[in-house]
Amino acid sequence: MNTETQIPTDTQVTWHIACAVSDIPEDGGGCAFIDGKQIAIFNFARRGEWYATDNECPHRQQMAVSRGMIGSHEGEPKVACPFHKKTFSLKTGQCFNDDAYQIKTFPVMVRENLVYIGL
Amino acid sequence: MKHISDIRIVVIGNGMVGFKFCEKLLAKRQASQQISITVFGEEPRVAYDRVHLSEYFAGKTADDLTLASEDWYADNGIKIYLSDPVVDIDREHKLVRSHHGIVVQYDYLIMATGSGAFVPTIPGVEKDGVFVYRTIEDLELIQSYARKAKKGAVIGGGLLGLEAAKALLDLGLEEAHVVEFATRLMPRQIDEAGSRMLQSQLESLGLHIHLSKNTQEIKGGDCIEGMQFADQSFLEVDMLVISAGIRPRDELAKIAGLETHPRGGIIVDNQLQTSDPSIFAIGECALAHHMIYGLIAPGYEMADVVAAKLTGGEKEFLPFDMSTKLKLIDTDVASFGDPFIEEPACTTVRYENKAKGIYKRINVSPDGKTLLGGILVGDAEQYNMLLQTCKNKTILPPDSEDLILGSRGGEEAGAGVMSFPDDALICSCEAVTKGMLCHEVSEKGNHTIDTIKKSCKAGTGCGGCIPMVKDIITGTLKQNGVYVRNVVCEHFDYSRQELLDLVKMNGLKTYGNVLDTFGKGDGCETCKPLVASLLASLWNESILQKDRAPIQDSNDRYLANIQKGGTYSVVPRIPGGEVTPEKLIVIGQVAQRYGLYTKITGGQRIDLFGAHLGDLPEIWEALINAGFESGHAYGKSLRTVKSCVGSTWCRFGVQDSVSFAIEVENRYKGLRSPHKLKSAVSGCIRECAEAQSKDFGIIATEKGWNLYVCGNGGSKPQHAQLLATDVDKETCLRLIDRFLMFYIKTADPLARTATWLNKMEGGMSYLKAVVVDDVLGIAAELESDLQQLIDVYQCEWKEVVDNPELRKRFSHFVNTPAKDPSIQFEEMREQKRAKEWA
Ligand code: SRM
Ligand SMILES: Cc1cc2nc3c(=O)[nH]c(=O)nc-3n(C[C@H](O)[C@H](O)[C@H](O)COP(=O)(O)OP(=O)(O)OC[C@H]3O[C@@H](n4cnc5c(N)ncnc54)[C@H](O)[C@@H]3O)c2cc1C
Ligand code: SF4
Ligand code: FES
Repeated sequence: MNTETQIPTDTQVTWHIACAVSDIPEDGGGCAFIDGKQIAIFNFARRGEWYATDNECPHRQQMAVSRGMIGSHEGEPKVACPFHKKTFSLKTGQCFNDDAYQIKTFPVMVRENLVYIGL
Repeated sequence: MKHISDIRIVVIGNGMVGFKFCEKLLAKRQASQQISITVFGEEPRVAYDRVHLSEYFAGKTADDLTLASEDWYADNGIKIYLSDPVVDIDREHKLVRSHHGIVVQYDYLIMATGSGAFVPTIPGVEKDGVFVYRTIEDLELIQSYARKAKKGAVIGGGLLGLEAAKALLDLGLEEAHVVEFATRLMPRQIDEAGSRMLQSQLESLGLHIHLSKNTQEIKGGDCIEGMQFADQSFLEVDMLVISAGIRPRDELAKIAGLETHPRGGIIVDNQLQTSDPSIFAIGECALAHHMIYGLIAPGYEMADVVAAKLTGGEKEFLPFDMSTKLKLIDTDVASFGDPFIEEPACTTVRYENKAKGIYKRINVSPDGKTLLGGILVGDAEQYNMLLQTCKNKTILPPDSEDLILGSRGGEEAGAGVMSFPDDALICSCEAVTKGMLCHEVSEKGNHTIDTIKKSCKAGTGCGGCIPMVKDIITGTLKQNGVYVRNVVCEHFDYSRQELLDLVKMNGLKTYGNVLDTFGKGDGCETCKPLVASLLASLWNESILQKDRAPIQDSNDRYLANIQKGGTYSVVPRIPGGEVTPEKLIVIGQVAQRYGLYTKITGGQRIDLFGAHLGDLPEIWEALINAGFESGHAYGKSLRTVKSCVGSTWCRFGVQDSVSFAIEVENRYKGLRSPHKLKSAVSGCIRECAEAQSKDFGIIATEKGWNLYVCGNGGSKPQHAQLLATDVDKETCLRLIDRFLMFYIKTADPLARTATWLNKMEGGMSYLKAVVVDDVLGIAAELESDLQQLIDVYQCEWKEVVDNPELRKRFSHFVNTPAKDPSIQFEEMREQKRAKEWA
């Protein structure tokens, strides 16, 4: 999540250009359509961090995680689904309110004002 | 006790009671007294909280359960030997010898050897997969064995057995069975009817219960494969926990020649002295008043009695109350006083609700004056209350059934605690009275349950008294005139009211500023919308500008309510419910063009459902061009001001309610508040607009208007109360201004006006004094603050429609204009509806 890193080549992921940095509001999220998948992207400007997760909330299969509010829980960055306020760690995707729920997280890289997501 | 200095004390057993004894002894020791303490423990770790042992399966570690660290023993000069049971007592020379050969001399010996699980002699108990449930080691073994097991059973349907059965369910076993020899569950604590109720509750939670079953043999090879019962039936299981009762650990006492009971237990007198005056026995190994007390509270009391005696005090152990409250697999079970006493020695009142799984029984003295005991299954909220009433022999109300039937909410209970006498025992585990707790709060400044736990240990035993301790903290603070703070969340250590004042005084206008100045961390879904609402209530600037968009609740952020499936609803404002045919046609056209489901709402306007996020700006553009404005159906702000048709058409109307409703709605539209605001204006006393169910409602009179406030529909309906009578329009609006601003400034987050009033000290007469009589002298300020908000009102949808940057945010994807392909609708009565949740 460091703007300086080179595109890593040794990992399993393929990097996709998702959008421009300005497409995602500071301290908010947006949803990109990549490879037929909906990916929620968050610009955690306050912490200088970027995160990406599934856009679908496992609770009621709603495509809305990107519209959730972000914040922290005892220092751990999280997002709250707007539907019923289940909250998920942006780092691990684990749901804080219910162990049964989990979303996927993806690596993000920002270079020259473009946001890349590794799938 | 002749002379008490320089004494050597040896404690055998480092369980809960052994530990408590050390703690009490240190606390009571006189300055002149030299005491040396040596402890022998058979288990490999220092004493831990056995009562909450099952929480080990819920993620607590052995460390979390520890009562005091090893350092604590060292720091207090206690010599402790773990994994080293005492094997011999030489009473003549006053020596003990441990398994590892350590020999220590004592002046007084304390036996706190507790008890072990009672394992009946059933052939096959030695097989792999058969366990007991007593120590952390037992739980570790159960946990690892359960990984490969599917069906588990517990022998014993008592308190511990049911707890073990819950553990089996928690460990993920497919089937959990309880096998009980008696004809019902928990026969020692509750009566027949209570047992049946408990049984059906537990069965509905997935537990299989077998009663009157005598296990004859445990079948299998090396590992258990099933249980054979005396009635020839067979149950296939691959693990078994035996929890058929406890057996006092009196084996060492027996070897030493102390007097023990044939059915187990070291016999002690009411000083806890054994047949050897230098040796005491406390906790679950001791037989006092002809019984083994298998609970922690009497054990701690025994520790207290002996500690007092050895430090020069005088105290005796009296027959102890066996009242208990437990939560068994999500079902409350409690019994107190004498639960089983029968008529004619008492009058019994029973309440049973099979649908809800609730059974309650109280036994009242024949003269109806005092409570003798009772049983609660399924709902034990009143336990603490009843227990205190029983113990303190409080005189009962004439209708004693009120005790279990009356609508005794939390608030009443709170008031009730404060009416107890100072010596009412609140925490029986640690013997803390109400008076002591009040002292902690008032004199020592301990205002939270955590600091109270640390300072006087109340609530650290079984934990059953915690709700009452909390009530006492709040009650005492209130009595002292202390304002009880209600902080926002982990990021802001302020109440909403405090934060509002701080933000106002410092002129802060963005969330970032507020968080940097008064908060910590990165915010969350609680404080973000709360601050958003404060900023809107203070400055009424666009909620989507600066850094404010992402802190809005999702509905505010998109200026629309998110619906099932991810589409949004569109609610244009229709003030007073009055709409021209032309405007109605536009609504119809917009709905047609964007395929929206159309419905008249309960608030006298029209809701269009099923709009794609990306279509919202265009939909609103069309509506705004036709003269509509945002209806704020998504905001914590003014919703509708309903009207009845009034004197313009109605033959009974005494005033023009429609005109006034429109005026009121236009005046307060866009006003953001702690929760939503609703209003209505009726043209006469018949009240067709239902004004008395609104946050503020107006009813026409012959002479003017009556103003009602703090009504609520919704889940807890409440009628509004009269604030002013026969006032003219201007006065009416001025009073509403003051009322609304006072609410905005002082209410808790998400409290409707009714809730706010219900919590207000002084209630309606105080509210009236502030709003009508201006006793606080703030009326002018309230009015001008409100006027300021009215002056800067703008339709927020118009702002978005006119601003390309803001419009851009209304798109499902950031990298394609496509709509969300996952959205699906179904047909219904010639319109559409959202697809059902999967
Ligand atoms: C559309 C409507 C139902 C209808 O089809 O008639 C409705 C729909 C919703 N109501 Fe309502 N309420 C509607 C009239 C009412 C009324 C009747 C009234 O206003 O006269 C009440 C009872 C009166 C009251 O509030 O005191 C009402 C009491 C509630 C409550 C409970 C409030 C309470 O204090 O207990 C909620 C939940 C909340 O706000 O927390 C709620 C919440 C909701 C939400 C916002 C739930 C949600 O988050 O999705 C629904 C949103 C639908 C949408 O997107 O527009 N709605 N709701 C009505 C819209 C009225 C309007 O024109 O603005
Ligand atoms: C699962 C479970 C749930 C419970 N729930 C509740 C509840 O909700 N409410 C309630 O009031 N009570 C409850 N209890 C009962 C409560 O835990 C006991 O009353 C309490 O632990 C008794 O304390 P004790 O010190 O007498 O015995 P223990 O805590 O058993 O301690 C005795 C210690 O002495 C050691 N010892 C024995 N012999 C020797 C020797 N010769 N030398 C050295 N050490 C020796 C033992 O190994 C043990 O460590 C529960 C018990 C269990 C097992
Ligand atoms: S009553 Fe419940 S279901 Fe009906 S609109 Fe209101 S919130 Fe929705
Ligand atoms: S759909 Fe996400 S919390 Fe319910």
